[in-house]
Order: sequence, then structure tokens, then C-alpha cells
Amino acid sequence: MDLQLNEQQRLLKESVQRLAADLYPFEKREAIRLGETGWSRDYWRQYVELGLAGLVAEEAHGGFGCGPFETMIVMEELGRSLAQEPFVATVLLGGGLIRHAGNEEQKECLLPQVCGGELLLAFAYLEEQARHELHDIATTATKTADGYSLNGSKTLVLHGYDADLLIVAARLSGDRRDRDGIGLFLIAGDAPGVTRQGYRTVDGRPAAKIVFRNADVSSGDMLGASGDALAAIERVADETIAALAAEGVGLMDEMLNMTIEHVRTRKQFGTEIASFQAIQHRLADMFIALEQARSMAVFAAGVCQDEDRERRAAGIAAVKVQLCRSLRFVGQQAIQLHGGIGMTMEYKVGHLFQRATAIEALFGGAEHHLETLASGGDSSPPEPVSDFRTRRCFPAASRPGQSCPARWAGRS
Amino acid sequence: MNLDFTDEETAFREEVRDFVRGSLPRSIRQKMLVNRELTKDDLVTWTRILDEKGWAVPHWPVEWGGTGWPPFKQALFIDVMQQELAPDTLSFGTSMVGPIIYTFGNEAQKRRFLPRIVNLDDWWCQGFSEPQAGSDLASLRTTAVRDGDEYVVNGQKTWTTLGQHADWIFCLVRTNRDVKKQAGISFLLIDMMSPGVTVRPIQTIDGGYEINDVFLDDVRVPSENLVGEENRGWDYAKFLLQHERTGIARVGASKASLRRARELAERESRDNPARPDLAQIRARIALLEVELKALEITQYRVLAEESRPDGGNGPAASILKVKGSEIQQAISELMLDLAGPHALTPLMPADTDYDLDRSWAGTAAGTYLNWRKVSIYGGSNEIQRNIIAKQLLAS
Repeated sequence: MDLQLNEQQRLLKESVQRLAADLYPFEKREAIRLGETGWSRDYWRQYVELGLAGLVAEEAHGGFGCGPFETMIVMEELGRSLAQEPFVATVLLGGGLIRHAGNEEQKECLLPQVCGGELLLAFAYLEEQARHELHDIATTATKTADGYSLNGSKTLVLHGYDADLLIVAARLSGDRRDRDGIGLFLIAGDAPGVTRQGYRTVDGRPAAKIVFRNADVSSGDMLGASGDALAAIERVADETIAALAAEGVGLMDEMLNMTIEHVRTRKQFGTEIASFQAIQHRLADMFIALEQARSMAVFAAGVCQDEDRERRAAGIAAVKVQLCRSLRFVGQQAIQLHGGIGMTMEYKVGHLFQRATAIEALFGGAEHHLETLASGGDSSPPEPVSDFRTRRCFPAASRPGQSCPARWAGRS
Repeated sequence: MNLDFTDEETAFREEVRDFVRGSLPRSIRQKMLVNRELTKDDLVTWTRILDEKGWAVPHWPVEWGGTGWPPFKQALFIDVMQQELAPDTLSFGTSMVGPIIYTFGNEAQKRRFLPRIVNLDDWWCQGFSEPQAGSDLASLRTTAVRDGDEYVVNGQKTWTTLGQHADWIFCLVRTNRDVKKQAGISFLLIDMMSPGVTVRPIQTIDGGYEINDVFLDDVRVPSENLVGEENRGWDYAKFLLQHERTGIARVGASKASLRRARELAERESRDNPARPDLAQIRARIALLEVELKALEITQYRVLAEESRPDGGNGPAASILKVKGSEIQQAISELMLDLAGPHALTPLMPADTDYDLDRSWAGTAAGTYLNWRKVSIYGGSNEIQRNIIAKQLLAS
């Protein structure tokens, strides 16, 4: 067991911290949040320059070949800074699906574009009738002469409005809640039959509602070969939950630090409120919750790589449970200890709490995952597997892409 | 000892219920169902409907529009009103400055201000909290200096709820800096149209604009707008805090929201029976129903205590604020969790039919974020616990 960051990871952390310090002071981030798109292409270019867009793609596909521990390091800083940019949507969700479900042509054509910042992706999975189950899909992919025709409606497509390519979970066969018969399909965001309505989620981030009406795709646009994409979807969801755990740690760390600073300086009744034991005990409890979540974020980075589906699912369920409980407690208490100003948009702590609330609701809440653990045969989270060494990532040798379909080209 | 309602009480509850069902405009009820912000117009409309019935200020003295009902009946009235999703009347007028004026004001002030509070001709807001004076309100710094027959007021009030609609603001101001802080405070009524008054909206984390900063720069206030005696303002404020006990637990409102939660959970059981977290959510609803029942009875017991000739302000009353606010917050968490991922997508302006549509989920996060305030305002729950402990340890 080795719980220290290696040299490369330390460097990565420092460089992301420097980037975040430059990009995300409160006023600058506010300008982006209040801007038309809710994120900054210029900022994304800086992510790309730093190598973040190519963090986890293989070197052969233009990436750095890093893994979930490096993602964890990056996400903690992005959490702390309240970054609005499409790292999760494009790199983790979109890129992840291509890496786990795509065929060679798809990987070779699409991933270098993602790494180079030329292609923005979004994953369209959630539907109105669904809750936390990823296989609750009514959108259909009907076989046509050249491929498939998509019909249905998706909601909460993160960064879906500005994405160049959407990856759509649609049903080739079976009933709404069947685990089999689901496929993943690439389609341009502005393709015929695709209608997008952009909005902001409660934490001010861009998302879209997308309707597909006889939206045609070629047979080569289905990710991979089989119509059995659920395994890949769940794998990517697990990796994303691990990443969100790290983002949550960054949020909570910042909320705790802000709260400590506040109670040290806020004077009422002639003294700093930090002198009240009730406040001190609350800080201590917040710290405990944060550190428990941090531990599970480390655990998550390892267990999300477990090839054993059930063991991975149980491990990630445990992670999400801890993450949700810690986020709720730390967030609520941060607001409470700040008093009235915690309730306003003028102060960062309220924004952090909004994002904490949003993360709770993504990919299953505490009770959803508790039920998974409680009803499974072995209800305890698996032991951390000690042979998941962090990969050593190498700088990418950039590869010229083979001739790729024009419809897969980004606009960025 | 008997917890049953008498026939008369039951008949009264039905009368109130029927009245609300018959006269509360549907559009207002829909907004209340999903905790959407009401417009100024909404509240004026509803207040005037109540006023026509003679029910706008039932707890006031009869000579100023009250009904003369005993305290228990007042509580039943509020309970049913809240359960039926009727908005409260504007509390700053009807439960704060109004009672202050009819208790401590002079005849001219009563005649001038009270009728206009009753029918919401004057919209009042509260000028108490300041950036440096929250829980420690007595340390407030807004000053009022006597100059001829006027006071010149300088300072800043914050967390001024609905100040953007206000015609008048009642302020605690410092009129004497040489005495103990509580002993140098006065209660002043200020016209919001006075030169030097600036209202600055503050956005809250649910995205709404219900609170404001109010800046007072050399605002000249006629001395006839002083309520009661100079430097006795803190006593009047304390009276106000003790006066508005009924309803602070929001039992009726929580009954309504918990009932709604139960309906939605039941709908979920039909639409998504295999949803894994549903059993746990339903268990939480059941537990909250228990806690709310207990709180309801505690409220009646507090009322009974206070109605006794020797009834004082024991620690039980602080339970109403602590427990009531925690139950409110727990209900909002429940709704958030019931909404699942759909809590992330806010209600679009086009979504209107809240009764039938799934669009309720789009309001769950806003309510959750907004209701973090209920454990902070009205005397934070930390302060309330201090009050309880102090009284327990003193006895």
C-alpha cells in the first residue's frame, strides 16, 4: 500500500493549482457563470495546453495515458475552484465511452480530437421517466437501411448545448428497463432531427434537453459492435463517480477553509464566534466528514479500475454513499456557520454548496446506493485492491489521424 | 386532559378550510404548492380577500380589526390556513410593526398606520439586522441623531425581506451611544421614499431575490415617527420576538408539504415501483410525520402554558423554532432526494400545471437551498439552544 503522491502526481497537482489560481478567482469565475454559454472556450484551450483534455486517453490516441488517480488530483482542484469547463462531459463521460465502448476507428479518429481540444462531447442518457438507473431507457434506435434512426427525448445532458458530438444511449431492443439491448450512438449536436434546448442546472452549469425525431445515424456511428453498451455505460459512470468524489473533496475542503476563516473573523457578543464550543465542535465534525470522503475518493480511484463488475459496483456504491453524506453535512454546516451571508450569491460558499447539492444528485443518491449495498449478497465494500499501482503517464507522441469521417469532426 | 377538538373547534376548522378552498385563487395555490415566489400583487389580492372576510388580522385587538378569538382558536386558524396552502399575510406588518404600534404607539400613529397594514395599502419591511449585527442584534450601529423635530438616520440594514416592495420600514436605531448597548436603541418608522434610502437587491442561493440591503444616508425622519419612548426600542423588539410565537413552528405548512411528499412518493411507487431508494424515502416520510405530530402537540401545550395567568416564557417555546425549522429542512431534503437527478433541472417558465406534471422536481433544489435560511433566521438554532440551556440551568 502506498498512500503518497509520486513526483509526477505532485507536479500535476501543482500545475493544476497554478492554472486554477489564474482562471478562477471569484470575480473571473462569476463572469463566466453569468456569461452566455456558462463556460469559456479560452479557458478550455488552456486546459488543453496543460494536457488536461488528454489526461486519460492512451498515448496511441493522443493522450497522456494517465489514470483515475491523476483524474482525482485534477478534479479536486476543479472542485475547489468551481470550474465550469467541460472536463467531465468531454473527457470523462464522452472520452470514457469512446475508450470503453468504441472500436479502433472511433478511438483513433475521435480521441486525438478530444485531446487536441478540437472536439467537445456530451453524453445523453437521462430521460424524464428515469431516476438513478442507467438502463431505464425509452429512446429508440430503429434499424434503417444505412444505420439507425433515433427517437426520444433526453434531459440533463451536461454541456449538451455546445457539444459537437453527442453520444446517445438508445434502445435497440427490449423493454424500457431491460439491461440488454442498449446501444451508444454518435451524432452531431446539430444534425437533422436533433433539437437542443440549453439551460443551467441549479449550480449554474450548462446542460441541455435534447429531442431526437427520426435523427439518422450510420451503422458506423454505433460505438463498438454489440448492442450491449450497458456494461460500458456503467463502467464510465463508475469512473465518473470516482472523479466526482474527488471534486466533492475539493468543494468540501474549500467550504471548511472558508468556514474556519469566517468564524475566526466574525465577531458577535464581543468575541469571535470561533470561541464558542458549539462552533468548534461543528468544525471538528465537518473535518471528520471531509476526511472520510477524502479516503473514499482515494479508494474510488483504485476500485473504479476493478474489472470485476460486481466488486467495482459495490465499491463505487460505497464511495457515493460516503460522498453524498459528507457533502450534505459539510455543505449545510458551512452555510449555517456563515449565517446570512452564506445564503447569498455574493459569497463563494453558497456557490460551493450549490455544486455539492448537484453532485449528490448525479449518478445516484446515498439511499439509492445504500440499497445496492444492503440488498447485495456481500454488503460490505471490498478491500482496496493493492495491486492497482498508479500508472506512470508519459507525454503524448502526437499521431496524425487516419482519414476520419467528416461528420465526426469538431468545430472547436 | 384531552387532546380532542370540541365540536365547535371542528366546525371552525371546517369553516376556515371551506373559506380558503372557495376563495384562494388557483394561481396562488399552485405557486404555494411548489414554494414559488409570490408577486406583490398575489399577496395584496389574497390579503384583501381575507380582509373582506374580516380575517386579515384575527389576532389584533377588535377595535383595530381583530376577531377576538382566544389564542387556541387563533392557532387553529393559522394551522388550517397553512394546511390549505394559503399564504401568510405580510408578517412584518400584521405580526410585527402592527402589534408594536397598537401596544406602544400613540393614537395618531395607530390611526395613521394600522388600517393601512390591515389591507396591505402599506407594505412594511423590517430594518433590524445589519452586516455586523446578526445574532448580536443589540450591537447595531445605525444611528439616529435628533435635529430639531427630525431624526437624521445613517447606517445600513441587511437581510431586509421583500424590501424591494416596501413603502415603509421599521428600524431599530441607536439614539444613545453612552449607555449599555440595549439601553440606547429606539424604534423608528421610516418612509421608504425618503431621500437617502437606497434598496439594493441580494440574490440568494436558490436564485431568487427576496432579500435586500437598505442603505440609509442622512435620512430625515419626522420625530413623530418614533414609536413609544426614545431608547426603549429594545424592549419593544423583545416584545415582538415573544409576541409572534404562534406559527413560528409552521406546523400547518409542514403538514401540507409532508402530505404532498407522501402523495408524490405514492405516485413514484406506481410509476417507478422498482426504484431502489423508495422504501427508505417512505420511511423518512413516516418518521417526519411522527415528529410533526409531536411538534403539533407541543405547540398546543405551549399555547396552553402561555394562556395560564401565571404562564411564562419557559424553554418549551424555543422547541417550536428549533424543531419546526429542522422538520421544514428535513422535508425539503426529502423532496430533493425524491426528485433524484431531476432536481438538477430547474422549472422552466412554461411549466404551469404543477398538480399533475412531473415538473415539481424542478422546484425541489430551489426549495432545499432556500430553506437553509430557516435554521439561521428568527434567532438561529444555535441561539435558541443557548436560550433553552440557559433556562434549564437557571431553574
